[in-house]
Order: sequence, then structure tokens, then C-alpha cells
Amino acid sequence: MSTYRIQGATGDWEVVIGLEVHAQVTSNSKLFSGSATAFGAEPNSQVSLIDAAMPGMLPVLNGECIRQAVRTGMAIDAQINKWSRFDRKNYFYADLPQGYQISQLYHPIVGEGSLTIEADEKAGIPEAKVIGVERIHVEQDAGKLMHDQHPTMSYVDLNRSGVALMEIVSRPDMNSPAEAGAYLSKLRTILRYVGSCDGNMDQGSMRADVNVSVRRPGDELGTRTETKNVNSVRFVMQAIEHEANRQVDVIEGGGKIVQETRLFDPNTGSTRSMRSKEDAHDYRYFPDPDLLPLVLEDAFLEDCRASLPELPDAKRARYEGELGLSAYNAAVLTADVDTFRWFEALLAETALAQGKKPAEVAKQAANWLISELFGALNKLGKSLDESPVSHEQAAELLGLVGKGTISGSIAKQVLETMLETGEGATAIVEREGLKQESDTGAIEAKVDEILAANGDKVEQYRGGKVALFGFFVGQTMKAMQGKANPGVINEILKSKLG
Amino acid sequence: MSVDTATVAKIASLARLKVSEAELEAMVPELNGILAWVEQLGEVDVTGVEPMTAVIPNTLRLREDVINADPLTGGDRRDAVLANAPAAQHGFFGVPKVIE
Amino acid sequence: MPNSSNSITDLGVAAIRDGVAAGQFSAVEVAEAFNANVAAAQSALNAFIVATPEKAIEAAKAVDAARSAGQALGPMAGVPIGMKDLFATEGVQTTAASHMLEGFVPRYESTVSRKLWEAGAGMLGKLNLDQFAMGSSNESSYFGNVISPWQRPGSNAQLTPGGSSGGSSAAIAARLAPAATGTDTGGSIRQPAAYTGTVGIKPTYGRCSRWGVVAYASSLDQAGSMARDVTDCAIMLEAMAGFDPKDSTSLDLAVPAWTGSLSGDLRGKRVGIPREYRVDGMPAEVDAIWEQGIAWAKDAGAEVVEVSLPHTRYALAAYYIIAPAEASSNLARYDGVRYGLRDLPDGAGLQNMYAATRAAGFGDEVKRRILIGTYVLSAGFYDAYYTQAQKVRTLISQDFAKAFEQVDVLLTPTAPSAAFALGENVDDPLSMYLNDVFTVPASLAGLPAMSVPAGLDAQGLPLGLQIIGRPLDEQGVLNAGLAIEARAGFTAKPEKWW
Repeated sequence: MSTYRIQGATGDWEVVIGLEVHAQVTSNSKLFSGSATAFGAEPNSQVSLIDAAMPGMLPVLNGECIRQAVRTGMAIDAQINKWSRFDRKNYFYADLPQGYQISQLYHPIVGEGSLTIEADEKAGIPEAKVIGVERIHVEQDAGKLMHDQHPTMSYVDLNRSGVALMEIVSRPDMNSPAEAGAYLSKLRTILRYVGSCDGNMDQGSMRADVNVSVRRPGDELGTRTETKNVNSVRFVMQAIEHEANRQVDVIEGGGKIVQETRLFDPNTGSTRSMRSKEDAHDYRYFPDPDLLPLVLEDAFLEDCRASLPELPDAKRARYEGELGLSAYNAAVLTADVDTFRWFEALLAETALAQGKKPAEVAKQAANWLISELFGALNKLGKSLDESPVSHEQAAELLGLVGKGTISGSIAKQVLETMLETGEGATAIVEREGLKQESDTGAIEAKVDEILAANGDKVEQYRGGKVALFGFFVGQTMKAMQGKANPGVINEILKSKLG
Repeated sequence: MSVDTATVAKIASLARLKVSEAELEAMVPELNGILAWVEQLGEVDVTGVEPMTAVIPNTLRLREDVINADPLTGGDRRDAVLANAPAAQHGFFGVPKVIE
Repeated sequence: MPNSSNSITDLGVAAIRDGVAAGQFSAVEVAEAFNANVAAAQSALNAFIVATPEKAIEAAKAVDAARSAGQALGPMAGVPIGMKDLFATEGVQTTAASHMLEGFVPRYESTVSRKLWEAGAGMLGKLNLDQFAMGSSNESSYFGNVISPWQRPGSNAQLTPGGSSGGSSAAIAARLAPAATGTDTGGSIRQPAAYTGTVGIKPTYGRCSRWGVVAYASSLDQAGSMARDVTDCAIMLEAMAGFDPKDSTSLDLAVPAWTGSLSGDLRGKRVGIPREYRVDGMPAEVDAIWEQGIAWAKDAGAEVVEVSLPHTRYALAAYYIIAPAEASSNLARYDGVRYGLRDLPDGAGLQNMYAATRAAGFGDEVKRRILIGTYVLSAGFYDAYYTQAQKVRTLISQDFAKAFEQVDVLLTPTAPSAAFALGENVDDPLSMYLNDVFTVPASLAGLPAMSVPAGLDAQGLPLGLQIIGRPLDEQGVLNAGLAIEARAGFTAKPEKWW
């Protein structure tokens, strides 16, 4: 149980959170029509007669959307329902041309599943926690309304109307903003791994409805409110914090929580009630008579399963186990699709360049990627995708370090130059004469000089001040303009100092 | 189940049909007559009977994920889509301004 | 050999098609003859909402040119037909007989009408109907009632041509068209055919595509053919039917060669007489014509047996829950946003625009059914009404399936009376609904069913007999119809008073 509490005037309150995530399915065309789904097109240019709900139009189901929903369900170990059905959710709004949304209320395509969020002490998640998923169903997205283009009119763009959505409904298993944030991040990562949704929350391809209630520890569940269409992990966490506090204030002030729909305002970090519509909630669901029950064949399900990639948890375990990476590094590298893909490409190239097995160079590649390249790209304001240094070039650089041609600290310098000039590592090392000295004789001579010039410190070291070892290493390196193989320096010093 | 003017007013609102007081008054007995008549369905023993899901036994066909495969069911036809619009504006459908 | 305008318009589909192919007359001659009849009858009968004489000529010219060039002609080549104004016709107003769609010009063609034009047919115009196909008397059209060409002898009281395909049935009976499309949801092809002494067939649910047909009740709507004899109906239905990938409920089966396999020989066939169709208060004449039909079936070689369809009496109630429920949702798209009527009172917001538009655009019967439909789907009533009705529907379907284990087709009257006078039933919706008592069960079960004229009542008005067949056995239905038609020798036609 999370230790997160709201401290109210009369005592502590627990928070109960459930998330309903709407994720746009990655597919070429819409759920029930052949229009394109790409983001950012001219208004109403990706709208078919069906999307516009012209008289006599009928829906025809896109098999790819079903495949993606099934793959997603499999990725969260969920029950796949071989028999499912579409229902109409009836209400009137300008972004809903049919006057109903085709969804799946009674018999969704995916049943119960779960995902695990990792322990994160700093965030107040003491140990890994399993968050249940109640169901995933497939439904149509609505169009878009713009209210600021004309003084008296709102403008309707139906490009998004009819795009396939997966609605992923969690169990109310989260108890803190951090847990909710972790769940949403993990879910997004899984969707991106599976390739069923690109998770671009700022483009609206993934959004969350946040259900929040509060209660005294041990009490029954309180009345919940729903904050709709929150489109970033940060905002979700803010919304929860604000809403939970608001609810505690209301209850402690003698009021009651009204079950209602709210909107999050990112500018103020607060939630506000939506204009209430009296009969907003009678959707009169009934099975869509233009569609027949959906039956999934075993062969289709097998194909879906076979197409799943290595998922985040499995990949992280393999990075730690097979590749010997630290838990931290494994977590960082598997946190996103783009990251692990880059890493795995780098690993392959690095192993090739050094003629070694991946497991033998994994730590080097991982450490360098995380400690060196990420930092450098951050400074340039570039993402990994936009890295001016390619996998091959990086592997070349790592190869030079691995073979002892340059030291790790020289490699930092080389990387900077690579980023500036686009040259390859070998060329830079040649040109700037950065090869490190590995000749034992030359290094030994320098070590002798340093030890001779610092007799008193040698005495202190031998007397027990072992920290001085680093001083000798540093001095030797300085005397060799940083171009000495640190490993060799260490060996020689050890043998001389005893 | 019978309805009164309040119920009919509520249903009319759900269905977005503006009805005058006079129309409401007239509709109540009409609807009640029909509803009373369909009540008889309650007499039927439907134990173990599944509601009809497909009139002629059939299951849903899945189509290929191809953009605009059939021009009749594809997009990229804004002119056709806006051709009968009461208030088309710069490629959008115009509606009375909504405040969310 | 007919060569005068008068006699050309007495010809049916087969005769016209064959006559054009043989060069007895040109397709243009045929089109001109029917165009003239259409124009002459419009003010009296109001069968058409819009006449399209130029389109009939255009199609006819194309057929004549093809014939001259020695090209193969389609199965409907040179046959001008009426198109019920429920089918979207590209470039030609499509209204569903409603103010809501007055002025709506589709940029697309329905699948069924496209197939007919591709088969060589031409369009005389868009036929009047009950608004949104909801009605049994064609008294709910925004564009005025259709007046039946039939009158009681010695009376000029206006009679109903039936509904909802009232314009279609009136046009055929009055020789304004040799054939017309209809749609049948609860009897809207069969009952008007019976009232006007014409033939009409509703195929198995899913035989004809619903794409581009303005939807009323999706799980019940079916397009069908109407003409003056069984053979003509078969020819036209063959041209209309077939799998359409744009309609998810479309049957993926080849269209059998119904016309080529027509046979009135019923030896070896068993005809069932459902005892529950003998209702209280059924007029003696209707009973008499039914007995007559039984005798004809026997004469054709069939064995006639009594069967039971125990849940028959619940069919109407089930229909008047299911159809309005689906309609209430299908008609939600008519909201004044993207096409059709928009009524925007001063200062009205979006939701008020909806309410005002729909109040102004829909007729009374449409509103009534939307309200019933909305009610039966609403929270708290869904199980009691909608689910119950769908279960009863299953039972009705099972009744038929059991009966068809013993017999090949069923024979019943089509309607409980002959045509009534306009205005007789408008004040009591319930009494209007009871006109569908014999036709609705076959609709609920999705079965092919046809009405053939059997005789006249004492007032000289047509009475029809209905044949219901197994799913996919349109052939069995057509054959039994042919057998009855041959023996009924129905040649009566309305005396021209217009």
C-alpha cells in the first residue's frame, strides 16, 4: 500500500486512482472507413462519406485495428475475447457526425490483464507494484472542434472522426500521483514497443481520463470525479494532486463530492467542472445493427502472438542477466523504443568493431551511451534520433578505447570533435595525435620520475595513506599530457609502490 | 410502463426534438397507447433464449488496412463531403459557437 | 406486335427488354412513352417526388447505341424504372420524403441503383414514399400523399396505395413505370403490392446491399423489386442483388439464376399454412382468397399442410420496439450540421439548433418512432423492452426454422384487408401498425417473402397472397408465386380516372 497521503485538517486521506487511457491505434486507415489517419492534414481532407455520416453510409471493420488491439492485450497478459461485439453509444455533439459512437460496451475484445510499475524510492513507490487492467476495447475517435476561428461559429474538422482508439481501462489500483504517472509511462512504453500506438501525447494520440476519489484509511471508496483528456504524464500527476486536495477540502468543509466530469487546465494546474448537460449520461447503448459479432480465429491469434517483440520487462531482465548491465542502466535503456533500438544497434556495431561478443562489450556501450552521448545530445538540444553521431561512428570510437588506442578521458574530447565536425574517431585521433601511450617502458620512465619527485608522498602512501594512489596516477597522466593508458599506469604504480 | 408529460419531455430532450406544450399533451396518450400494446411482450417466456445478434447467421468480415482503397469509402474528397453543408467555412463545417 | 405508346406502357420488364433487343421498338420510344405517362399522372397521383425524364432518355439512348454497335445488352437494357426516393442517386435529389433532406443532392450512388443502371435500366424519377420509410399508407410524406390509381367503383374517395413504397406501387399499377425499386422493413414492398394488384418481393436479409439506402431499421431494411408479374420481379431482383463489401451485413454468396430457373411446377413441394395467421376479425374475403390460394397450390402439385408459428402474435410488438429503437439511432445524424435542413433560431446554441432542426425537419410519425425508440433504449427500460424484443425475435425465427423442417414455403394473406381510404387510419397510429401483422414476422426472421395479386374483393379492390421461404430460397418463393400467378389469372387494372 502506498504511503502517499493527503494531509487534511482533520487527518490523513488516502487517494484512489483509476485511469482510462484512449490510445489512437497505429493503422493506415480508420476503424470503419478507408480514410487516412495521419496527423496534421488539411481540415476535412481525410474524411469519407462514412465518416461524415451521409445518409445510407455503413461501417466496415479494419482488420489491422483489431490485430493491434489483440497484440496490445497480449502484451499485458490479458484475456483475449474470441467473441466480441460493437455497441452504439448515442449522444449529440458536433464532433460526432453519426450522433453515436461505435464502441464496445458489453463485450470488449480484451478482458483482464495487468502491468507492473517499477520500484522508485524517490517517487514514493517503495516496491514494484502490479496495476490491474480491467479491459481494452476498440472504438471510434471523435472529430475536432475549434472555437477561436470565428466570432459566432465553431468550426468542425472531422479528420480525426472515426480513427480507431483503444480504450484501456485500469483497475482503481493506484494510490498516488507517482504511481499513476509510472503506470501511464509504462503503458506508453509498452504501446510503443508493441507498435500499436505512437504514444504522442502532445499530438493527442494518447490521452487519459483520470478518476480520483479520496477516503479515510480503512473506509469504503469515496465518490469519484473524472477529469477528462489529460494529455501528459506530468499533467496527470498534477491533476490528481489538485483534485485529491480539492476533494479533501470539500469533504472537510462539510460538503459532498459530486460525481461529475471535470477538465484540467494546464495553465493553472487545477481542475474545473465541465458545463453540465442534464441528460449527459443516458447513452442508450445497444448492439450496432450494421455490424455482426466479431469472431477471432485461432490462426489469427497465433499470428498476433508471434508478431510481438521482446517486451520492456523481459528486455530489462535480459540486459541485466545476459548483458550484465546494472539495474539502473538496464532501466534507462529499455525505457523507450527509440533508446533500446539505438543501443542494440550500437551494441551490434561495437561487438563487430572489436571482434567480441555483445555481452563482452555491453557495459562499455551502455555506460558510454548513457554517460557520454545522452549528455552531449542534451547540450545540443537533439534527440537520439537526431544524433549527428551514428551507431557505426560510435562503435568506431568505442573500438579505439576498447583496444587501448585512446583513454576514456581522451574519448570525451574526441566525441566533442566528432559532434562538431562530423569526422570519424580514427581520423580525429590521427589528426590530433591523441593516441595514448601504452608503451610500458615510456610509462615506467615517467612513473619513476614522479615517484622520485614526490618521495615524501611515497612514504605517506606506504605508511597507509592509500588515497594518494590517485595523486600518483594523476601526476603521471599530467606529465604524459593525458595520453597514457591508465590501466598500464595503474599496473606499474602498483608494482613500484608495493 | 406509462409515461407522463415530464417523461415525454425528457425523452424528447434526449432525442433533441423540440416539442411544444400542446404537442407534449397530445403525445402522451399516443405513446402510452403504443407502449401499453408492446407490454404484451412481457408475457413471453424467454428463459434460456439469447437475443438475436445476426439475422442471417454470419460473422464480421475484416477489411485490409489500405488508405482510400475504394474511392466511395475513402477520404480525400472534401468537396463532396462539404457539398451539402448548410454553413461550410474555409474547409470546415460551421456550427453555432460552443463553449466547453 | 405492340407499337403504339399506349400498348408499350402495358408491357412489363421482360417484354420491353426483349422487344428492345429484337428491335421491335427503340429504348428511346419506351422511355418517351413512360415519361409521358409519368407527367400526365403527377398532379393526380403524386407518385413521384421528382421526375427525371432526361435521365430515362439518356439511358435509353445509350442502350440504343449499344444495340446498334452490336454490343451485348444488360438484363434490364431499355427498361425505364422508378427509383424509390430512399436510394441515394448521384446528382439527383434524394429526400426520403422528408423536409429534412429536401434539396439534398448526394455525391454518391447507392449500390442497388448503380447495379440497375449498369444493367441498362433508366430512371423515370424518384418515387414518393412514407417519410423515412416509416408508414403503411404513404400518408406521411412531406411531399404529399400518394393517391392510389385504384378506386372503389362508384366512389372517388382517394385510396392508399399502401406504404412505405406507395409511390412505387402506384406507379406500376398506373402504368407510369413497368417496375420500381422498393424497400421492405416490416412489409413496405409486400403490402403496397397487395393493395395495388402488383407483385413485390423482399429477398433474404443481406441479399441486396444497404449501402446508399437511407437507413430506417438496419437489421430489417431490405431493397426489393416491384413489377406487374413474378418473372419481371425475378429479372429485376437478379440485377439488384449481390455481395457488397461496403455493407458488413451483405451476404457473400453468388446470386442464383432465379429467372432462368423459374418454374410453377410445385410437385414434390410442401406448402405450409400457419394457423396463427387466421386472426380474429379477418374479413371473410381475405380468408376466401387464402383458401383459393391453397387450392391453386394443390393444383400445381404441392402438398398443403397446416403448421404452427406459435409466437406470431408477438411479432408486431417486437417489431415496434426493435425498428423504432434502431431508427432513433440511425436518424440521429440528421442534425443540421453537415447536410440537410438547418433551423437556427436567433441566438440558439448547438443543442438548440439540433432540437429546432429536427422538430422542423421530421414529420409526426417519424418523431413518434424516434421517441418510442429513444424510450425503449433508455436507462432502466433497455432490458424490459429491447432485450426482451430481441429474444422474442429469436423465438419467432426459431418458429420459422422448425416449420421449414416440414414444409418448403408458407402461404398466407399479405394484408388483413384491401386498401383503405386516405385519412381513415391517420388518427390512430396503432390501428395503422396492425396493417403489417402478416408481413412483419418474415422481416424479423430475415426471410425472403413475396406478394402476388390473387383476386379482387367485393369492392373491386386487389387482394394479395404472401409466400414466405427459407433463408436464401428466393427461388422457392418465386416458383410458388409463379404457380399462383398462373392460376389466379389476375388481369385487373385500375380504371384510368387521372
